[in-house]
Amino acid sequence: MTALPPAFDTWFAARGWSLHPHQQAMLDRARAPALLLIAPTGGGKTLAGFLPSLAELADGTHKGLHTLYVSPLKALAADIRRNLTTPVDEMGLPIRIEDRTGDTSYTQKRRQRADPPHILLTTPESLALLTSYEDAPRIFAGLQRVIIDEIHALSESKRGDQLLLALSRLQSLAPGLRRVGLSATVEDPAAIAHQLACHPDPCAILHADPGPDPDISMLITDERPPWSGGGAAYAIPAVLAEVKRHKTTLIFHNTRAQAEIFFHNLWLANDEDLPIGIHHGSLDREQRTRVEAAMVAGQLRAIVCTGSLDLGIDWGDVDLVIQVGAPKNVKRLIQRIGRANHRYNAPSKALLVPANRFEIVECVAALEAAKAHDLDGDPKGDGPRDVLCQHILIRACAGPFDATTLFKEVRSVGAYANLSRAAFDDCLEFCATGGYALRAYDRWQRLKETDGLWHLRDPRAAQRIRMNIGTIQDTDTLKVRLKGNFKPLGEVEEAFAATLTPGDTFLIGGQIVRYEGLRELTVEVSRDASRKPKIATFMGTKFATSTQLSSRILRMFRQDSWPELPDHTAEWLSLQRKVSQLPEADRILVESFPYDGRHHAVFYGFAGRNAQQTLGLLLTQRMEELGLNPLGFVATDYATLVWGLNPLTDPAPLFQADDLRAGFDKWLQGNAVMKRTFRASATIAGLIERNLPQARKSGRQATFSSDILYDTLLKYDPDHLMMRITREEAFRGLVDFGRIEEMIARTVGHIDHVVLTRPSPLSAPLFLEMGRVPIAGEGRERLVEEAAARLLADAGISTD
Amino acid sequence: MNTHTFSLCQTELTAFPSGALLDAAAGALCVSDLHLGKSDRIARYNGPLLPPYEVRETLDRLSADIATAQPTTVICLGDSFDDMAGRTSLDESCTTLLMQMQAGRRWIWIEGNHDPGPLDLGGSHLREVTIGALTYRHIAEPDARGEVSGHYHPKVTLPGTGSARACFAFDEARCILPAYGAYTGGMSVHTPALRGLLASEAQVILTGRRALLAPLASNAVARSGPQRRGLRGRSG
Repeated sequence: MTALPPAFDTWFAARGWSLHPHQQAMLDRARAPALLLIAPTGGGKTLAGFLPSLAELADGTHKGLHTLYVSPLKALAADIRRNLTTPVDEMGLPIRIEDRTGDTSYTQKRRQRADPPHILLTTPESLALLTSYEDAPRIFAGLQRVIIDEIHALSESKRGDQLLLALSRLQSLAPGLRRVGLSATVEDPAAIAHQLACHPDPCAILHADPGPDPDISMLITDERPPWSGGGAAYAIPAVLAEVKRHKTTLIFHNTRAQAEIFFHNLWLANDEDLPIGIHHGSLDREQRTRVEAAMVAGQLRAIVCTGSLDLGIDWGDVDLVIQVGAPKNVKRLIQRIGRANHRYNAPSKALLVPANRFEIVECVAALEAAKAHDLDGDPKGDGPRDVLCQHILIRACAGPFDATTLFKEVRSVGAYANLSRAAFDDCLEFCATGGYALRAYDRWQRLKETDGLWHLRDPRAAQRIRMNIGTIQDTDTLKVRLKGNFKPLGEVEEAFAATLTPGDTFLIGGQIVRYEGLRELTVEVSRDASRKPKIATFMGTKFATSTQLSSRILRMFRQDSWPELPDHTAEWLSLQRKVSQLPEADRILVESFPYDGRHHAVFYGFAGRNAQQTLGLLLTQRMEELGLNPLGFVATDYATLVWGLNPLTDPAPLFQADDLRAGFDKWLQGNAVMKRTFRASATIAGLIERNLPQARKSGRQATFSSDILYDTLLKYDPDHLMMRITREEAFRGLVDFGRIEEMIARTVGHIDHVVLTRPSPLSAPLFLEMGRVPIAGEGRERLVEEAAARLLADAGISTD
Repeated sequence: MNTHTFSLCQTELTAFPSGALLDAAAGALCVSDLHLGKSDRIARYNGPLLPPYEVRETLDRLSADIATAQPTTVICLGDSFDDMAGRTSLDESCTTLLMQMQAGRRWIWIEGNHDPGPLDLGGSHLREVTIGALTYRHIAEPDARGEVSGHYHPKVTLPGTGSARACFAFDEARCILPAYGAYTGGMSVHTPALRGLLASEAQVILTGRRALLAPLASNAVARSGPQRRGLRGRSG
């Protein structure tokens, strides 16, 4: 057992604290090259990560940077610095601790490079930027340990890939570097360990005591939940009652839009003026900081929030977590619940609030999964190549490099362990010349090879590359501010702003505002006294229900009765079984019926929202070919509803896997989802710059959309690296064709077609679902023509 | 036909869905803001290496319009090249295509703010040119009548249709052409600089599959989509 220096024991003893077993284990194994700690929220995870560093630094002999701490949130880095500085000061340890994020001042950053602290707390993006400097070898020369906090969150995104690529660089600069990962409870710790270690080194995994099971249940209200929608407005009184009963409540929502609506409704019903705040990623930073400060000071009784509060910042005394809307994913649910009773060995208390009838089924399934510790998650694919392209450019900023050495370094990253030399050379070629079939940039190559070393053609290019480091895809957003007021209220998505007409009212930061107009790149609004916003709210990403949760729901459907469900929901399912049938895992259920003068067909695929959406696009395309004249469709996590002019008599030909796949390839090319995916990857790979030196703010910028680049490549260079990356990304991302394939594989052509005279009970909510998609193609052209004709008619102009 | 015909100072003009403008009586075809060599310039200034196909794409489009319209005069209304060095990015096949288009017709390069001097590519180089009742120049002059100009890259979004499209904007006095080049962005017709040049009853003609007429003043049209944050170049 490794003992701590005496100063630590005294300090711990003075507080009546003792080390948790996993904290001691971390000390004992401090020399391991890679170590992953799995611990629940509140388990003293961060201290466990830092203890070995503090112990090693206690004697004051280490010069320069010793430990690098990386977290996904800037706020977390600042928070940890405060929490760590207190014991270090009180023990009188000679340790300098500083954070470095996008918010750190220029002078501070310069000084940190010249004279690094012992412990530097940072984010993946700031670290990538640090490695791009020519003096990186000097900064990191003495580095001993790197601690990656919340590695489970990072490992799910490209930020994790970027971070681990940066680590491979650090490992070359500081060969003795030891890696530590801190993770919340996850379904596959070995996968994260594989990512963390310097491949092929092993990585030991330590499990902290998971603590008692959470006290988690579904909120039952007198009011029945509605058939569809995600607002859960019916539950407001019950939620308010819970808030009154507890000290501090976190109310989680799946989207920012739902959080806004719920917060607004909560305030309308908040007769006692309980202090309740709102916190989500679209709000202005200043507003968020204010809410965070009030929360820490214990001034708030509740916070309505989204994933922006998911990560482990210490919020003080939360004693209840409410999840509004089905959690979609059991792992996220567990991690959120962990936010309550942020004390070790006390069960956290949580309530699920289903937003509609179907979500009751989903919530019950999620509760069972949580009790059974059955976590879900999809295996992560190989390291994305767009991130690799950015890594190569960053490496070039730091100075000349040898391609083979860099290739070996990249292969030491778990996610890139299978990268072929050819694939690496493709990326290098893309960075150097653009990688086009038409070799146009021989004179203006970005990277050139001289005497076997690759370097920037023009060193001034480094500035532009550094300005565009990062893999976070901010959807294009516009600032919202009150007319005549400089301070922004928050941001809305550009696509949402484009749907606004002057006079429209919407919600932001809990207040109703009226859209006045666009001024340069800002949405100008005024306050509006009305009680109901006209436009629902801005969009937000919707999570798809996980595969594991979907199959749990399908298993529930096989039961004879459902005593675990509220009566109204159980009756609903029984009625469905009587008039039609319940969907099964190994068969696809298709219902068709007339309604409102159109023929409708429902396809129950249980493949998640993204895949059901893709399925809708593919099915309508096949139906178009078969002359069924589909007019539109709408998709949820479990089904797709298609309507059209002709009845569907035989669904079997629609599901021929080969046809579906061929249609998929053709459809994919011109698809908006592809263009969006292309934009994301092209931005990461450095083909599109988000930030330019001296970016102009006037509306006179001649911008053109990335769609044009996509169309150009599709026409002249369809096999270009960026196009190949886009196809791969879309396949597992927004398009989610993988889950359609999974659905086809599990149902192997077993299709049950039920012909009805009216909508079935299970299909009814689909008619109320938002997000109907009209069939694209010539239809879109017709839309533009009709709109133009209408406007001309309104203006009294004849079209002849 | 997918074009739209309107009249400006008693001259009948046809707007092509590609963004070209034809004065059929005079046999004059006009295109504006080709910005040839834009990807080359961005690369030269250490920017990203964009797909180098935009010169080919733009010239192919122009060649198709010339084949349709069979003009005796072609007017390139300024900013034909993204900068004076843009000439170097035209490979031999592009130069040949340009020479084929020029053969047997009058070809006028109007100078723009990006390309103020003459280039060794045939045709005549002028500040402006008058054909019949219309004067063609790169940047609109506030009090002009019977003027055809470019420079602003106008675009507009119709309600409920999602994305912006490049457009012609015209009133009784003038017509402002959309940018014709493949890698050219757009500026909303409601930007004060552009809106100030046009009368309140001005109309727009959208480019795309078909040239489509729409009023400019309508409240609904007034919410033209914000600028995309895509690629930024120097403004026109």
